[in-house]
Amino acid sequence: MPREGILVNNPLERISREQVQQIHDASIEILKDPGLLCFNRKAAEIFKTNGAEVKAVTGSETACWHVKIPERLVAEALDSTPKTVKLGARNPDNTLVMKGDEPRVFFITGSETNIWLDVDFPTYASKSDPSREIKLPEFHPRRGTVANLCDSAHVCEHLETVDGYIRTVNIQDKDITEDNKDVNKFFASLNNTTKHVMSGLTSLKQLDNVVKMAELIAGGKENLKENPIISFITCLVKSPLQFVDDTTESFIEICRRGLPVVVSSAPQAGTSAPIKEAGIMAQINAEVLAGITLSQLVNKGTPVLYGSVPVRARMDTLSDSYGSVETSQYNIDCVQIARFYKIPNYSTSGVCDTKIPGQQSSIERLFSDIMVTLSGPQFLHCAFGLLDGNSVFSLLQAVLDDAHFKMIKFFLKSPRINEPELDEITRQIRDVMATPRKMFINYIRPVMRTGEISVSYPFEGDGESDDVLALAYERLQELLAKPVEHIDPDTTSEIFKEVPGLLPRLNVYEKGSKS
Amino acid sequence: MSEDILSMIKENVIQGRKTQGDIGIDESLSGTPGVLELTEQALKEDISPESIIKQALTAGMQVVGEKFSTKEYFIPDMLASADAVGAAMDILKPLLEGSQIETKGKFVIATVKGDIHDIGKNIVAILLKGAGYDVNDMGTDVPEDRIVTVIREENPDYLGLSALLTTTMTEMGVIIKSLEENSLRDKVRVLIGGAAVSDDYAREIGADAFCADGFQAIKVLETFETS
Repeated sequence: MPREGILVNNPLERISREQVQQIHDASIEILKDPGLLCFNRKAAEIFKTNGAEVKAVTGSETACWHVKIPERLVAEALDSTPKTVKLGARNPDNTLVMKGDEPRVFFITGSETNIWLDVDFPTYASKSDPSREIKLPEFHPRRGTVANLCDSAHVCEHLETVDGYIRTVNIQDKDITEDNKDVNKFFASLNNTTKHVMSGLTSLKQLDNVVKMAELIAGGKENLKENPIISFITCLVKSPLQFVDDTTESFIEICRRGLPVVVSSAPQAGTSAPIKEAGIMAQINAEVLAGITLSQLVNKGTPVLYGSVPVRARMDTLSDSYGSVETSQYNIDCVQIARFYKIPNYSTSGVCDTKIPGQQSSIERLFSDIMVTLSGPQFLHCAFGLLDGNSVFSLLQAVLDDAHFKMIKFFLKSPRINEPELDEITRQIRDVMATPRKMFINYIRPVMRTGEISVSYPFEGDGESDDVLALAYERLQELLAKPVEHIDPDTTSEIFKEVPGLLPRLNVYEKGSKS
Repeated sequence: MSEDILSMIKENVIQGRKTQGDIGIDESLSGTPGVLELTEQALKEDISPESIIKQALTAGMQVVGEKFSTKEYFIPDMLASADAVGAAMDILKPLLEGSQIETKGKFVIATVKGDIHDIGKNIVAILLKGAGYDVNDMGTDVPEDRIVTVIREENPDYLGLSALLTTTMTEMGVIIKSLEENSLRDKVRVLIGGAAVSDDYAREIGADAFCADGFQAIKVLETFETS
């Protein structure tokens, strides 16, 4: 049985169907004129062969083509794009089945941050009364390592609301190079979680090694096709409207192998896209449609997700303002647009502007987590543990986020109102009204342990002190102490034999390994 | 045989099953006798009230208290168990005269005049009864003169006053003053509770203690007993 996710009844819609159609029409116009700048020769040739207007740009330092995509190509691509995408997993119970017209939400981690945030809780004494002590969190940012990635996948395996795993931290160990980064990040992730694993590619040269590793785990080429335990995310389009050379090259090769891939675009309203909502929507949709069109021209039927990461610029720094209200508006618009095409949507929430776990991070992320979830994206890349945009990853924050999503999932349960229920309640009310105390407490107990009543916030302190972070830290330690189902010894041995570049310390069956 | 029935009463206290119709946590007990039926059966079998109280009711409540402190149980569980024990005590109380067992004390409780809110007061009453106090619950919107009369006539050890509203909390001070005027204040300890009141307010009006909830009330009463 695949994971259930949470089905959103009556999903939130900000824009009307007519407005979605208007955005689509505007995107088609944009693809026709001005079209896109394409810095990848292969893509330019594919578009040209299939009838797009492709002209080399003269005077450019790097090879570049101007590609104008006709509506026909987009329509054909939308037609052949699968409307259901299956993301497999080492444990088949963790499979994700995403239907483009069904607002069933799955919560997935990511993105890749450079900074790992350690935390400890030193004790401070009051200056006026040294007998009064208080423990306060102290955060220590440092560069992420492959051991951190293992810990992150390990904890996310045990976080109930995490449905799938996108690597959360960029591995920057001294022995990690461009040539071995991909195999190590995929192995560290796959070996520490039985959930679906998605990642970007650092080097196209590593694609076949990564696929080989996945085939060994899945039990062969055909099995991997049936149970795609890995998928990829590519930012092939740089806003505004430019196919980047290397990521487009990777995208084409992933499509050729038929593995699921996210066509992602991340324009910033105000700098790389118009500041107005209509403008950034028309542009991001054009960018994603261009990617989807390319995917289907490369390999008809390639499973793709409509990837949208729109964001507004901060007015004080012109950096990404993920915590801004408009960012949630853009994301919800994109969910509606993807549903219009019946293509599963990869949406974004929970990214915040603050640098450490605390009140601001909770407020910013909860706002977008609630709003975007209510709109019903299929693949909600909801930034478990991310801070400072997508620069910092904190396991402590990931544990806090899990509690948030439990609340959101509970809120989205289907209403339990029906005739038998109301008949029973009427009887209950009559019974209680006949008693002297007129209290319903006795009726709580039969439902108290069935999951029908939401649980209290798990990090509530005693008395009036705010112990949220300390209690979440205790929970984190419990999760780290729980065992993880690693890849079995024989497969691990085969992977280390067949796939070059893996760090020996990642082999948990070898003495001295560190995982 | 007597040990069997006592352990069944204890188990039903832990399950919070007052009567046969109640549902406990263990569904397999559904339809079997609860604390009330088992207590009556125990008496028919000539088991002493003292044994029932000590080996079944108190022992059961002790387990419930432990489960509550480890967060396995919640307040509804605690209330169900306390309610079952309280109901059993109503049967056993008339039989206790001349025995070594005494209640922990008499407790009169009321929501003050002008206030009809009673959820908290009811919970406190159930918990106190389950903890072994002889509770007289006077109900809600109780005027000062009725409370003074009951204190004079019943001579309780404790008086619990409840108020939810800032507009009715002042009635607590009126009652304490009236107890003083009637030379009753030093005969009864006054505990106050409710969302509107606090430690500071208890001191201000001359109450003996403020209790945030029923559990704190039991703790406060225990400190009174040992002081």
